[in-house]
Amino acid sequence: MYWKQFMLQCNDIGVGSLGIISIISVFIGAVSTVQTAYQLVSPIIPKTTIAQIVRDTVILEFAPTLSCIVLAGVVGSKIASELGNMRVSEQIDALEIMGINTKAYLILPKILAGVLTIPLLIILAMVLGIFGGRLAGSMAGIIDPSIFDNGLLMGFNGYNVFFALTKSFAFAFLITSIPCFYGYNVKGGALEIGQSSTRAVVVSCIMLLLADYILSALLL
Amino acid sequence: MIEIKNLKKSFGEKVVLKEVNAVMEPGKCNLIIGSSGSGKTVLMKCIVGLMPPTRGEVIYNGHNYITMTLEEKKAIRKEIGMLFQGSALFDSQTVEQNVIFPLDMFTTDKYSVKKARVKEVLDRVNLNEDAYRKFPAEISGGMQKRVALARAIVLNPKYLFCDEPNSGLDPQTSIVIDKLIKEITQEYNTTTIMNTHDMNSVMEIGDHIVYMHQGEKEWEGTNKEIIYSDNQKLNDFIFASNFLQDAKNMRTIQETGEIPKEVHEDVRDALEEKFNTDMDGDGIIGAPKE
Repeated sequence: MYWKQFMLQCNDIGVGSLGIISIISVFIGAVSTVQTAYQLVSPIIPKTTIAQIVRDTVILEFAPTLSCIVLAGVVGSKIASELGNMRVSEQIDALEIMGINTKAYLILPKILAGVLTIPLLIILAMVLGIFGGRLAGSMAGIIDPSIFDNGLLMGFNGYNVFFALTKSFAFAFLITSIPCFYGYNVKGGALEIGQSSTRAVVVSCIMLLLADYILSALLL
Repeated sequence: MIEIKNLKKSFGEKVVLKEVNAVMEPGKCNLIIGSSGSGKTVLMKCIVGLMPPTRGEVIYNGHNYITMTLEEKKAIRKEIGMLFQGSALFDSQTVEQNVIFPLDMFTTDKYSVKKARVKEVLDRVNLNEDAYRKFPAEISGGMQKRVALARAIVLNPKYLFCDEPNSGLDPQTSIVIDKLIKEITQEYNTTTIMNTHDMNSVMEIGDHIVYMHQGEKEWEGTNKEIIYSDNQKLNDFIFASNFLQDAKNMRTIQETGEIPKEVHEDVRDALEEKFNTDMDGDGIIGAPKE
């Protein structure tokens, strides 16, 4: 195991994606609150229901799935183009000539770093998503923060968090391993690097949605 | 010593190497020459193990590389340094980091020891400390080749492979790189194997030359023998070069005893110096001193 490479990848994938994940999470939560309130027009439905719906949709779907689709684009294209460029410019051959196992040195740290940091990003996305919903509800006068907080605690099911984290581990593996495959096996030049990067993102997204469905069917 | 026995490589139906046999002599500059598509790069990749041959043997000091275990192959690879056609420097690392990389991977020396070794090899390839903190994209092609050469020799390899080291370089820089490779071969006593189609390199540093033509070894010899070769395919290849046009003139002189009329006096004097022969019979090798 190459620890230096692993730590570099943790920094690249984890810390490097903090900004985008924070921004999209806050807005996803905010939009969820506004749209849920828009649809719940009946006076017999308590306002705490808005918070419950926002909480569960953010935890179950928006934080893990939407964040990972964004990460598939951000992280996936970076991994595929980085490895593709290394392949085309013979940097991978240079490593092999030195007697270095290039799969262990280049691919394994990326996958392990993804599997470690992406679930942490998803936890952050859950927190920020709910915070964004609370903020939007309060700012738009849709729901009072104290009512929102009460709603968050009502009928909370811990299994949802377990399910979301299970998904995030599976997604993290897909987001990192698929681009590694496409990038590592590039043949040709600059055009092929671009094509492999695009293909890696598209395939990652499709596989991610497929895995989302399978895991939901199996675990819920 | 590296022996290549009955090496064959094909990609599907297309046979790229046809039963190649050759010996790469230890402590010498062994050049694999041939026109584009002749199979010299595939041959080199098969020798270093970047490409598995379809059939045949590559023997490093009596051990067949093809049938070695992964651990044995790793051990051999630690004795190999390679200078790639495009330098293959790590983009995200500085010159110094590129050269220190093999030391980080394979030695447990203190940082100060590694740094001293890096300075030693970078000095050897004539790179000063101004270049140490630059990234590969910030230095010239010739400097990139020198950094790649420094990285290739930093672990004192037994075998040095150079894949078209002069490609993309101007003639002057090519001569500098050729001389460096020759000097390093002698100083470090490495077995150097170099792919090239640059005839200047052949004449300057080719201790032992293997000529490839359409996947077959067509000729083998030294740089002294090459200009006297009767092999028509080799002659066609070398006479396409301006430099070897001079050699062709040299052959005419040797065979007929006459200097071709088209040879300019200055060229004649240069040829005399090159081949250390008094061609025009004026009793002086090279230009007369004023």
